[in-house]
Amino acid sequence: MINSMLAGLDTLLLLVFAAGALAGAVLMIVLRQPMRVATALISTMVFLGGIYGLLGVHFIAAFQVLIYVGAVMVFMVYVIMMLDPRDPAIQSRFSKLLVPGVIGFVCLVFVLVGATWKGAPAVPTGTREAFGLQQFAVAFLREYWLHFELTSVLLVAAIVAAVAVVKLHRRG
Amino acid sequence: MDKVQLLLSLSIALFAIGLLGVIVRRNLLVMLMCMELMLNGVNLSLVTFAHQMGEAVGAVLVFLIFVVATAEIAVAIPIVLLLVQRKHSLDLGVYTDLKG
Repeated sequence: MINSMLAGLDTLLLLVFAAGALAGAVLMIVLRQPMRVATALISTMVFLGGIYGLLGVHFIAAFQVLIYVGAVMVFMVYVIMMLDPRDPAIQSRFSKLLVPGVIGFVCLVFVLVGATWKGAPAVPTGTREAFGLQQFAVAFLREYWLHFELTSVLLVAAIVAAVAVVKLHRRG
Repeated sequence: MDKVQLLLSLSIALFAIGLLGVIVRRNLLVMLMCMELMLNGVNLSLVTFAHQMGEAVGAVLVFLIFVVATAEIAVAIPIVLLLVQRKHSLDLGVYTDLKG
């Protein structure tokens, strides 16, 4: 009985987190001020972290909060604080592409969600055992070590690019 | 209601809303944030499939996407700041002279 109650609680939490993430995403489109949009995005990311935790991949949940919320969004918030709040871009919200954008959005959601709900997912279900950090780390460094090294090359390239942009600005 | 279908629908919705934001919003920073939302939707679908199959491949891909997103922001934000210093606006309409 306790097991069934826990399963029900899991489902309820999943629904709440999914609704929260969706609400945050919708607020991102509707809100005007960039700071509020950033807050909505942060809430969406935290809810997604909750969903990852419910799925049993706790390390991804931790990294979602650490990297996305802790690094990327804090960077974004700093930039928003540096900008002029009287910018006309903040006053006008939508571009001229509003109507075609909404039509394309409705078509995309209709087709993709319809395909998800109609046909059975073609993914073969595996062992269904949640994989832990150990399994992930072994797979990462044994099979995907090349991608790992390429990632470090990408990060170095990004650092060099960021420094080059700043230097270019100083010279000009 | 199947959990996998619910999560896949949520990831599709997040991706589509992010795409809509990139198309319809005028603010450069908000467009960048909508791109992050699209990446988050993709991440959710990858984690869902990895959870369903019980393999760590999806999680590895999620980590690579984390790194790419961080690198993208690290390069995009200085470019946005430079653009703003030149034109004093975040409005996309000001930058139409960047057309090739």
